Order: sequence, then structure tokens, then C-alpha cells
Amino acid sequence: MPKHRIGKNISLLLTLSIVLVGLSILCLSMGSIAIPIKEVLLSLLGRNTEDSDLIIMQFRLPRILAALLIGAALAVAGSLLQGVIRNSLASPDLLGVTGGASVAVVGFMTLFTGYSIHFVPVIAILGAFVAAALNYGLAWKKGVSTLRLVLIGIGISTAMSALTMFLLISGPAYLAAQVLNWMTGSIYGTNWSYIKALWPWVVVFIPLALLFAKELNVQALGEDVARGLGSRLQLSRLLLLFFSVALAGAAVGIAGTISFIGLLAPHMARRLAGHSYAMVIPVSALLGAIVLLLADLAGRMLFMPLDIPAGVFTAGVGAPFFMYLLFKRKASV
Amino acid sequence: MSKWMESRGSKLAVLAAGVVILLICMLASVLFGLQQFGLKDLWLAYSQFDGSNEHLILTHTRMPRTLIAAVVGASLAVAGAIMQVLTRNPLASPSIFGINSGAVLFIVVGLALFGSSLTMSTMIGLAFAGAAVTAVFVYALGMQGGGGFEPIRLTLAGACVAAFASSVTSGLILINKQSLESALFWMVGSVSGRELNHLVMVLPYIIAGLLLAFLLSGSLNVMALGDENAKGLGQRLMLIRLLCTAAVVLLAGSAVSAAGPIAFIGLVIPHLCRALVGNDHRWLIPYCAVAGALLLVTADLLSRFVLLPKEVPVGVATALIGVPFLIHVARRKKYA
Repeated sequence: MPKHRIGKNISLLLTLSIVLVGLSILCLSMGSIAIPIKEVLLSLLGRNTEDSDLIIMQFRLPRILAALLIGAALAVAGSLLQGVIRNSLASPDLLGVTGGASVAVVGFMTLFTGYSIHFVPVIAILGAFVAAALNYGLAWKKGVSTLRLVLIGIGISTAMSALTMFLLISGPAYLAAQVLNWMTGSIYGTNWSYIKALWPWVVVFIPLALLFAKELNVQALGEDVARGLGSRLQLSRLLLLFFSVALAGAAVGIAGTISFIGLLAPHMARRLAGHSYAMVIPVSALLGAIVLLLADLAGRMLFMPLDIPAGVFTAGVGAPFFMYLLFKRKASV
Repeated sequence: MSKWMESRGSKLAVLAAGVVILLICMLASVLFGLQQFGLKDLWLAYSQFDGSNEHLILTHTRMPRTLIAAVVGASLAVAGAIMQVLTRNPLASPSIFGINSGAVLFIVVGLALFGSSLTMSTMIGLAFAGAAVTAVFVYALGMQGGGGFEPIRLTLAGACVAAFASSVTSGLILINKQSLESALFWMVGSVSGRELNHLVMVLPYIIAGLLLAFLLSGSLNVMALGDENAKGLGQRLMLIRLLCTAAVVLLAGSAVSAAGPIAFIGLVIPHLCRALVGNDHRWLIPYCAVAGALLLVTADLLSRFVLLPKEVPVGVATALIGVPFLIHVARRKKYA
């Protein structure tokens, strides 16, 4: 990596981090009850004695942390997948992760009506893993070829969404509303117990993904080159896919299906930071977090008192920025 | 491609067999459903129409949906085959141009502005306009920027515009709940509940699109070799890309206006047909047309029987039939 590139990359990471922190603080202070930024900062330091402390610490902070973790997880899951599959249209939905989670949740809600809604995240993650494993198993034929993996993934996610639709139609009507709500992808109503369930996944798998960044760079050169450079192709492919499914599955489990971030945050990162995965992964994580944070803010503020699911706005917030990146001349990359 | 499919005669024979099977399935789709009819009923319904319920069902429900399914299925599959060459991405489908989301967005905007006073024909016009405007927008964006045309930029622009349009659509529906009912009708692809004159409205465009696709099939072969080779072989790339886009808009735009967004066919039929007949687009395009029509007609037929007496959305049945084929083909084929 040339020297000027390193400096540029560090300043890019710093800028994005500062934007993210500033935005988070802004999100903590904005809402149906506006809270002065000073009180927000005091709360974060544990020194706020006003009533606003409760709102900040119990309602807004968990929700904002959820947005950060989920946005980052989805973006990294997408980068890993695009690196492994070498197709720019790859996203976690394509492996059947989202579809599997939806079927599992709908099936759970239909079959075990009396059970607590708190099981939903676990069930969703389980469904995501089963679908991804099924996909991998069906695509296995003395090793996994990426195009076969994607084609079978498309088959599986189509089958899963058909199955979801089928369960919705044959099931009772109130269920449909409940499930559709889950499927739009929202993070309202997140409390600390969700964060406790979510953070280990993110904290474990994003650093692991970073450790494998070099391997991804090699794989991006194509299978023959990767093999020639001594890569243990199938093993690292399996591991990277596993990381991706784990991250996407955890995110889907908490938030339902949130589109756009997994597909396009990695592309934004590539436009900003070049093609090395050592940069694509952290930059897309930051961008994913920023986009979801903004989308959730828009959902909370635009149509007050309605609280619109963040999943509706991820593309609305992210797409204009992406288009700008796409069509400004490539200056230095 | 299997060995015995290599000769011209066998390709033609399989295509002819496909057409025959398609016609049989279409006949079955007209005759069978919640109410079963015989050939004689069909004959009488058209020769001596007496206005009875049975005759009405045959002429006003079964016949339109069968014809729409065949035409829409064929259009989507051909449009998909062209898209996959144009973007050089095996995962591309007509929806990558934002055609489906653009059509739905225009419908929802129309409903939000004019309410339920919109007639069905206006909505079909709106859907087509939405599809065309979005596709032209995406194409224009894909052509801009430094470094000339890059398939990746077109693909990403399309994915991005499609996501943006769906986001605006959901937002509009959320703040404007009464339009939800009619909007939902458009957001779930379906070949039922449409009338024959809706098909007639878009038929000229579809025929034009199909003709254009057949004319382009030779150029598509060359384009699939890559830009450099295509240029070297004397292809006028800009013109061909423009014509390809026009064909996709005509075909997929008409399809979404007639039946709403139906996914999967445009993506999957080209793959299945390629496995059957190889990469020569002069054969691939007609095979796609027949296979696409066949898949949607049989899916529509199946959708009436899965959950009697209710009908499931045709998308569910398409998946039921198409996914096993897709997995089989993907497993059998050798990939580099």
C-alpha cells in the first residue's frame, strides 16, 4: 500500500468514526421529547440527575446501539459475501439467510402461538443457519463453486419466501400483521436484553473477518490465482461464509429484514477506500452503522407520532449518497 | 448441454415439442380450476355464448388469465436473457433496471394523488410509464461517469434506484394507508383479476420487444464475448446496448403493467434454457420465450389447487415448480 494511501485511509476511518459518534449523540437528544445535548453527555457519564436520564439510558441508548451493531453486522456480512462469491449483486439475502429466518419465525408463530415473543431472535438465527447450511450442502460437489452456491441460494430464498407466503395465507389473519411487521425490519422496542444477545456476535465476528481480509483479497483474484498463491480455498471459503451468515443471522434475528445495507454498503466502501478488504470491512461497517442510524432517526422523526420501521428508510437515506459516489469521477482509485 | 441437443434438427424438435406442451398446458389452464369444464363447453362458450356463469368464467376469467400468463412469462424470460448479457452478470434480471419498483412507485404515487378515481387502464399506463422512466434513468446513469460504459456501474445504479423506489413506495403507503388496498394488488404479481383488453393494451409493445430480441440475438452472441472482441468483430456496441435496453423495457415494462411484478422467471428461465440448449442466443431467445410461458402457465394452474378453495399467489407456485429445476440444473452443471 503506498504511503499517501495509508494516510488517506486513516483520515477516512477517523472522519467516519467522528461522524458516527456525533450522529449517535444527536440521535440521543432528538425524539418526541427533545433533550439538550448537555444532559445527554451527562447521562453517558452517569452523572445526569434529571428525569431525562431514564429516557436516554433505557429507551434511546439501547435502540441506538442496536442500530450501530446491526448496521455494521449487515454491512460486513455483505462485504464478506461479495468477496467470496465475487459477484457485485451478492448480499446476505441471496444465501437464503433472510428467507430462512422469516420461515422459522412465521412457522414458530403459527405452530406455537402461546409462546413468548422473546424466543423470536433465537428462532430467526436458527432458521438463518439451517437455510445457509442447506444451501451449502446442496451446492457441495467436491468443493463449492461460487456460481452454483448463488444459483442454489436464489432457489432456496425463493422457496423460503414462497413458504412464508404460504404459511401467511393459510394461517390466521392477525398473524399476518404481526409477521409483516417483523419482516419490514425495525429496531423499535429494543431493550438492553437484545443488546446483550447481539453484541458478542458483532464483537467476535467482525474482528475475525478483519483477520481474514488478506485471504479475501487473494480470493478476489479468482480461484486459480488463489490456489496458486497457496490458499486453502475451500476451507477459508467455508469459514468466511460462516462469519457472514453468523453476522447476518444475528442482525436479522433482532431487526427482521433490513435491505440495502448488506448489498450496497460494501460498494460505497469500495468507492471510498479502494478494493483492499482490510479497508472495505471497517469502512463498510462504519457506513452501515451510519445508514441504519440515519434511517432509524428518519423513521422516528419524519412522521411523528408514527414510528416508521427503519427498514423503510435505509434505501431512502443510503441511495442518494451511493449514487453520488457512483457517478462522481473516479479520482484516485 | 447434452450431446444429442447439438444438431440443428434436435434443437428444432425440442422447441416444437415445447410449443406443443405449452399449448396443452394452456388448454388445461382454461379448462381446469375450482370448476372443471370439457372441451365442448369451451367450444359452446365461443360459438353459442349464452351469458351463463359457466360461459362467463370461461371467456372472461380463464381465457384472459391463461393468455396473460403465457405472454407475460415469455416476455419476462426473454428480457432476463437479454439483461444477463447486457450486464454480464448471471444474477441479473429485469428488476435490476428498477423496472418493477419503478412501475409500483408510479402506481402508488398515482393512487396517493388521485385516489380511487384511477381506472385500470390509467394504472396500466402509469405502470408502463414508471417502468420506462426508471429504466431510462438507470441507463442514463449507467452510461455516465468516467471510463465509458461499465456493466458493473449499470448494475449497481439499477440496484440502487430500485431500492430507492421501493423505499419511497413503502413510505408513501405508510402515510397514506387507504391507498394500501389497491396498491397491494399491484405489489403482488398476479395473472388473475385482469381482463383481456388489458393484455391487448400492452400486446403491441410486447410483440415489438420480442421481434427486437430475435433481431438482436446474433449481436448478443458477439456481445457475450466481451467488449473488446465485440468491437473487433465490428459491432456498434452503443447502438446494440441501446436496442437491448429498449427491448428489455418493452418486454418487462409490459409484463409488469399487465401482471404486476413477478420475480424469479426472468432470472431462472435463462439459466435453465442455457443448460438445455447452450449459449447461442439465436436458439436461447426462442427457448426462453417458450419455457417462460410454460412456467407461468403451469404455475398459474397449480396455484389454483395448492390450497383449495383459496388460490395462492402465482409467485408461490412459480417457486414450487421452478426451484427444484434450478437446483437440479445448478448441481449438474460444471462450473469453473
